[in-house]
Amino acid sequence: MKRLFVLLTILIFSASSAPAGTSAPKKLKDLYFGEALYYASQGDWFDAISRLDTELTQHHGVDEPERDTLYYHINHAEFAVGDFELAYRMHQRAGRAITAVIEGNVEEPVRNEAIFRLARIYFQKDQQVNALYAVERISGAVPPNIRSDLAFLRAQILMANGRFTEAADILKGLQDVKSLEGFSTYNLGIALIKDGKELEGRQYLDRTGQINSNDSLTLAIKDKANLVLGSKLLKEKNFEGSKQVLDRVRLNGPFSNRALLGSGWADAFQGRFERAMVPWSILVTREVTDAPVQEAMLTAPYAYGKLNVYSRAALMYGSALEKFGTEVDKLGTSIKSIREGHFLQALVREELKQDANWVVKLRELPQTPETYYLLELMASHDFQESLKNYLDLEELRKKLEAWEGDLDAYEEIIEQRRAYYQPLLPAIDREFRQLDSQMRLRLEQRDRIEQRLKNMLVVPRPDYLATSKERIFSEQIGLLEKRLAAGGTAVPSEVEARIKRLRGVLHWNIYTEYDRRFTEAHKHLRDLNREVTQLKRQYTAFVRTRQAATQSYEGYDDAIRRQRFLIREAREKVGELMARQGNMLETMAVHELTTRLELITEFQIKARFAMADSYDRATRAQTQEGVSK
Amino acid sequence: MFCWQRVIILGISVLVLSVAAYGQEISREQIKGLDEQVQEIKSDALGIAAELNQLEEKLLYPSNTQVAVFVSLVSGETFRLDSVEIQLDGKPVAHHLYAFKELEALQKGGVQRIYTGNVRSGEHDLQVFVIGKTGGSTDFQKSERFKVNKDVGPKIVEISLAAQSITLNDR
Repeated sequence: MKRLFVLLTILIFSASSAPAGTSAPKKLKDLYFGEALYYASQGDWFDAISRLDTELTQHHGVDEPERDTLYYHINHAEFAVGDFELAYRMHQRAGRAITAVIEGNVEEPVRNEAIFRLARIYFQKDQQVNALYAVERISGAVPPNIRSDLAFLRAQILMANGRFTEAADILKGLQDVKSLEGFSTYNLGIALIKDGKELEGRQYLDRTGQINSNDSLTLAIKDKANLVLGSKLLKEKNFEGSKQVLDRVRLNGPFSNRALLGSGWADAFQGRFERAMVPWSILVTREVTDAPVQEAMLTAPYAYGKLNVYSRAALMYGSALEKFGTEVDKLGTSIKSIREGHFLQALVREELKQDANWVVKLRELPQTPETYYLLELMASHDFQESLKNYLDLEELRKKLEAWEGDLDAYEEIIEQRRAYYQPLLPAIDREFRQLDSQMRLRLEQRDRIEQRLKNMLVVPRPDYLATSKERIFSEQIGLLEKRLAAGGTAVPSEVEARIKRLRGVLHWNIYTEYDRRFTEAHKHLRDLNREVTQLKRQYTAFVRTRQAATQSYEGYDDAIRRQRFLIREAREKVGELMARQGNMLETMAVHELTTRLELITEFQIKARFAMADSYDRATRAQTQEGVSK
Repeated sequence: MFCWQRVIILGISVLVLSVAAYGQEISREQIKGLDEQVQEIKSDALGIAAELNQLEEKLLYPSNTQVAVFVSLVSGETFRLDSVEIQLDGKPVAHHLYAFKELEALQKGGVQRIYTGNVRSGEHDLQVFVIGKTGGSTDFQKSERFKVNKDVGPKIVEISLAAQSITLNDR
């Protein structure tokens, strides 16, 4: 099974490269950026983009971005969001995000890395002219960690644009890069061949075919190089050379079935049918759904026929016919199953997504006969992209459904809050208004006192600091004076002297104690200020809580209504797109299966004729043997 | 017979390097057009998610009461983290068992928001319990108690874990 997985990987790898993983900054300042990276590391691209988008929007909205924690990672974050979008196959948005970085005021290495990523997007989306235009804009300093990848991408883009000479020149310079081992040599071979330098190109394919490595991907490209070169030699009737090269392909590699078939043919074309039987005998025991295995079920008895072992050949043709019959039935069932929608149901099975090998695992499910023949189709770029889109749409469908449920819950919360707060708030507000007016009055009084004390620093006013007793006393003296004056008679001198003395005592006390009283008044004001601060804090806390109470149930209706509308619209759209995408996948699968069905049917016809011919020959041989005896 | 076998042989390299073809039914333009529409709906869904996040935060976690607790691993830590429990004022508010992918995400520098909730302003008691395994597969349990002061704005707390220590970074 691992063999099949490597085949999938190699086919995908040779067509495009995966998006670069965004690493975390050494010193993380913004936890929400860290949270986006946490989701991204788990391949949860939707949540990663959604968190980082929110964080970036908030960052760009603040008045002083340099005080925001994302400020320290802003370039990194802008890149990361493009990377995540690319991984989520949102190439258009990723392209826009990266273009924004390119057009921004950034340093040369940052700009060049952005262009590199943009070029990779174009390359992956098969927009080769745009990719070439992008990559040609790179000049000056390039970050060391992408230098080799950039050169390799440049060569791939040049190849895709038919500029093989330039591509070959670049690839020659990448021959010692360990991370590209096998891939740079293989591509160089292909570029040279396409450039008309057949001999030189073949030398590089040959070199790729002899690489020593433990890396599974390098070994797979090594096998691929041997298969391509071996097939070319076979086509040119260089059977000896072809066999040598094809025999270098590993027996357990992703290309081993085709190599075994070719190796057998290389012998057969030279009339060495006994030797041809060695690879073909191995091949006929393998997975019957693979095309080379099916072909070997015909070539092996063909070889026996050539060796005059007709009876054995006839038996083998019979066995092949039986197996082809089973496979034809299986394919028929598969096509029917796909048309009944079982294929799409199998694709969205949750348990499959827990496994990185899930596409391969899909084949093992007994309920999914349709997947037996689809491995090669599944490895194709178009099918992969369509399949991923279908799975993404299924994920969106589930999210949208859950969000509608969330909105129901929000509305319930809002209703409960309204039911709790609305009856309470009028009484609270009434009481608060009373307290508020009292508070304002007292604060005004405090302000007046403060102002008066300030003025007294410039113009001392001891009378302002008279005690209440002294004020009453002073008023009583005043009343006495008035009463005595109202009588119209002269005030006795001793009474007048007593009144003056009393006033004098009062005056004395007020003026002599002024400094002490003034100091005390300031002290009391400070005490009052402390109380006022506490009061204001409580006041603010109350106002905030009061506002929060209202805000907890008011002002959401429009937002929720709008969200409901958007979600409903999106659900309809997702449903429609899923149907179309699903139909596309089914059509691709049915087409693939029908092609295979036609091939096996053709094999069946040939096997039937060949079997009859073998029986004839066997009978004739027996008759001749009998005659000669 | 030899003829059809030859045809198949010549087809080997074609089979290896071929791009899938789907007959007349599906064109490249159709695949591309549908892909673009899928990208658009993804973009729409991201827009809805952003607005829903804001709505959720405003409705469930207003800034004057919001507290968010994040968990991170100290750079270079290789211990196996099994679970983290957070208690706020003596009450368990979050408990998380770590899957391999999550642990790997933390080791790569990702940060997990383990809890978002509401508390009054003032001082609060935050207790962290960690269960894991050190390099030699030895089980360990650790707990640490911190004081967290909630002010008017949202309170963000980072719990940084290492095999030897639990640190609180008040943000």
